[in-house]
This record gives sequence, structure tokens and C-alpha cells, in this order.
Amino acid sequence: MKTLLELTQVGIEFKTPKGSFKALENVNLKVADGEFVSLIGHSGCGKSTVLNIVAGLLQATTGGVLLSGREVTEPGPERAVVFQNHSLLPWLSAYENVEIAVKEVFRGKKSRAEMKEWIEHNLELVHMSHALHRLPHEISGGMKQRVGIARALAMEPQVLLMDEPFGALDALTRAHLQDSLMEIQKTLKNTVIMITHDVDEAVLLSDRIVMMTNGPAATIGEILEIDLPRPRNRLELADDAHYNHWRHEVLAFLYEKQRKVEDFAQHAKKKNDTKTEKTPRMKVVS
Amino acid sequence: MAVSIPSIKIAGLPATSVGALAEKILRVVGLPLAGIAMFLLIWHVGANNIETSLGKFPGPAQVLTQTQGLIVEFQEEKQREADFYARQEQRNAAMLEKDPDYKPLIRPYPGKPMFFHQIFTSLKTVFSGFFLAALVAIPLGIAIGLSGALYNAVNPIIQLFKPVSPLAWLPLVTIVVSSIYVNVHPEIPKSYVTSAFTVMLCCLWPTVLNTAVGVASVSSDLNNVSKVLRLNWIRHVRIIVLPAAVPMIFTGLRLSLSTAWMVLIAAEMLSQNPGLGKFVWDEFQNGSSDSLGRIMVAVLTIGLIGYLLDRGMLMLQRKVSWDKQAITR
Repeated sequence: MKTLLELTQVGIEFKTPKGSFKALENVNLKVADGEFVSLIGHSGCGKSTVLNIVAGLLQATTGGVLLSGREVTEPGPERAVVFQNHSLLPWLSAYENVEIAVKEVFRGKKSRAEMKEWIEHNLELVHMSHALHRLPHEISGGMKQRVGIARALAMEPQVLLMDEPFGALDALTRAHLQDSLMEIQKTLKNTVIMITHDVDEAVLLSDRIVMMTNGPAATIGEILEIDLPRPRNRLELADDAHYNHWRHEVLAFLYEKQRKVEDFAQHAKKKNDTKTEKTPRMKVVS
Repeated sequence: MAVSIPSIKIAGLPATSVGALAEKILRVVGLPLAGIAMFLLIWHVGANNIETSLGKFPGPAQVLTQTQGLIVEFQEEKQREADFYARQEQRNAAMLEKDPDYKPLIRPYPGKPMFFHQIFTSLKTVFSGFFLAALVAIPLGIAIGLSGALYNAVNPIIQLFKPVSPLAWLPLVTIVVSSIYVNVHPEIPKSYVTSAFTVMLCCLWPTVLNTAVGVASVSSDLNNVSKVLRLNWIRHVRIIVLPAAVPMIFTGLRLSLSTAWMVLIAAEMLSQNPGLGKFVWDEFQNGSSDSLGRIMVAVLTIGLIGYLLDRGMLMLQRKVSWDKQAITR
């Protein structure tokens, strides 16, 4: 299949008060059109950084990203992102949240009526037609994430980037959303890069699982081709030897080959270091 | 900020619900009433023990008498005003009868402004100053909230002017207004302009700072959404920043209005704007046996109006704010 997205020798360094910190090094990956790729690895290994570089929210220090042969230099709706904590605008309803994206992307390309239809269609895809005019704080976490997915799908992206989209949800809701995502994927055949912590999720959804080594200077450790036939059914797969083989492979990578050796205190310290840039600029309210 | 009195739910078992309801009534109605009664008693006893050159310090009873007095005076004055115009009408009619070419003339009533007119003047002045302040403060706050560099540049100046008392500004404002505002329109007297500008200078800061903080603390996720959608600068502000900052902007506006009302009284005293501040000052200069009682009426009125303004702003804030958890009281 045709390569849609290509990461070549991607590396990134962050400047910290204690000098520069190399988060990623030599990340090389080709993603084919219509492929579903999961990124898995221990927390802090730079999965999100890879995704943010593809999104254009971060700039790689070395190497670069090509999408359909063109270099990625800034964020854009052709690389729509589904954020972990939904990031809906809290003052807008589900419909209006999708509308904002649609108005931006299709301004001058779709008529008003077409936009309305397109917004409703996308919300229907994620089964949110019953709550079009609810505000984010009036709906559950799973529903918010559905709206977030609808907003991203509505941009008609070339690549859909999902940053632990179901990480903050309970197991049941997560399963529902995974099923919805597979269903949508069956019809739309989007190219997806998804970050996950969840081994089952990765095996169930992916065509390929990209497993990352631990940082600093994290890179791609191994890539698994998940050749399970689609449509996949989580119940049937639960006892499937093949499925469990892949599950075992991922677990073995994470817990044998890339076992976390840092002790907790050191890890916490490192986390704080990388977070310094996020400290709010202003604190005083008077 | 988000502190609320813990409340006991009325719903529950029928046996206990009556008791719970009684308890709730006691807490919501009974305790404040008890507090007020206690205050009146202390005021009464305390006032009786303060001897001044103008007699005893006014207690609750005297204040009540003075309030009634002010109402009666107001009604009498209104009557006199009505009579005054009626007499003119009569005279004009009579003149017209004698001489059909006579041009009817109505002179304005020359009476001095009454307490209730002064309340109105004060409100008009405070809102003028407050709106002027909001007009400057919100855009300024958005600008310094968006740009860290601008914030660092402007912040020292804000911190410098924030604690300045209205009394310090007033002489300067008075002189500047006198030299700039030369062709005085009779409807817009200098004292009003001076008071409104002083109020503005003093109540800018809470709105500027809160707006800036509200804008600067827009979550990075929402900023990323804006980037992915490639919103341009204007649309970014209009679609993401401004709505996100609305709760903080209104917190700032509410603080500003409280400040404005406090500053106003002082400004009116010195600039002789015919509002409540001037009323207090005139009564102080008057020095009759009623004066202290009347000043006390003004004090209570100022407090009550300040309270109502704050409640009004709170209601407005609740209505426009998407963050329903952020505001309580």
C-alpha cells in the first residue's frame, strides 16, 4: 500500500534549566494509507512527543515528517487530533463544538445546509445524535470523548491522531468506544495513529503496534504486524490463541525487554523537570 | 473563592424532614434576624453613650425618624415643584388670553436636589466611571494576558497605580478636566465628569488583572485545538480566548464595581458632585441637630446600594458565565 506518512530520523531535544534533554532519537516510521497504528510504551517514553511532532504542535530538532510528500511544519486540520481529556470548549454544546471545526475547514466549500448535515452526520457516527445540544459538563466522560472524535472526524483529516483517547475512561465505556471506533474505521478507512497504555486496546484495534523504548533518547524498539482478520470481536478474540500470542508479545516487550528500572523517586524528579515549562506565567488574582 | 455554606438537604425521611426544614428556616431566616437584632441593640446602647457637640450619636430610632423626615421632605419638595410649574402654566395661560402673541415661558424649578435625586446622581456617576473603566480594562487585560512580554512591561505600572487612593487623583483630575472641558454642557457638569474619571482611574485595576489572568490561563489543550484549526489571531481571541476568560472577566468587573462605589463617595465629597457624597459633606457642614442622623441614613443607604450592586453583578455573572462552579457568593 501507498505510504501516506513518513517519519525520518526524527529526534527532539528540550531545553531545561539543567541543560538540554534529548527525548527522542532516530524515530523512523512509515504509515500506509488507511492503516491503524498504535504507539505503546511506558509513560514518559515520548509517545505523546512523537504524536505532537506529527501534529505540528512540536518541532523536531532533527529529521522531519512528510505527509503525502509534503513536510509538516505547523499544525493543521488535515492532521486532526483527539486529545486525551476531550478538550471541548466548555461553553459550547456538542453540536457547536463540531460546528467550529466544520466552519473553519469547510468555509467557502460547503453551504450552510451542507455544513449542518455534515455536523449531524459526524455526531451520528459516534452515536451522539440524542445529545446534540448538551453542554460538555452535562454529558459523561465517554460522551465528551465521542464528541471529541466527531470533531476530529468532521475535519476530514488525512491522518487522525489520537492521544490516549480512552485513557481517562472506565473499562466498560472504553470498550464501547473501542467498538464504535472499529465500526467507524470499517466505513471511513481513516489513517490513524493512536497512543495507548492498554495492551488489549492496542492488539484489538491496530494493524501495527509500534513499541517504544524507554527514554531518554527513546526510539522505536519493535514493530508488530497484527494480522488478525477483521472485523474483530472482543469476545471471540478473548480465547483466540493468535490474539493472545500478540498480547503476550507486547507484554513481553513492555515488562521484560523495556522494564522500568528507574526507582520511583528518580522518575518523579524527571517528570517534574520536564513539566517546568508548563508552570503558569501568572498566579496573582486580586 | 468557591466556598459555600454547607446545606442540609430537606428531602429525606418524613419523620426527620420536618425537623430539618425547621432547622433550615432557623438558619436561613432566624440567624440573620438575630444578628441584626443584636447589632441594633449594641448600636442603640453605644449611641446613647456617645455625646457629641451636635447631641447624642444617632441611634436606630433617630435614623428611622430621619429617614421618614427625608421622605416627607422629598414629597413636600415634589409638591412644591408641581405647584411651581402649575403656577407658571396658569400665568402663561392668563398672559396668552390677554396677548395672543405672548410666547409662553417655563422656567426650571430652582429647588436644591433632594436625597433621592442624589442617590440617582450617584448611581449615574458610578456607572459612567465603571463603564469607562471596563472599556479600557477588558481590552488591556486581554492584550497583556495574551502576551507575556507585554504583561512584564505593563505589570510594574499597574502595581504602581493600583494602590493609589482616589483622593490623590482627584486634584489632578479636577485641574485637567477644568482645562480640557471648557464648554460645559449644563446637563454634564464638571463635577460629574471629574467624579466619573476619578472612579474610572481607581476601579480599572481589578478588571485588568483578572482579565489578564483569565486569558493567560486558557488551557493549553484549547490553545492546541485553536492551532490545529489554524484559527487566525482575531478568531482565536473571539472563539477561544474571550469566552474562556468570561468568568474571570466578570469576577474582575464585580470587584471593580465594588471599588467604584466606594471611591465614588469620596470623589463626590471633594468634587461637589450632587450625589450621596455631597449629601454627607453638606450635612457635615450644616451641623444641625439632625445632621448626624441624616448622615447615618446616608451611610446605611450607601451600604444597601453597594450590596444591591454587588448582587446585581453576581446575578449577571451567573447568567453569562459557563463555569457554574466558579462563583458562589
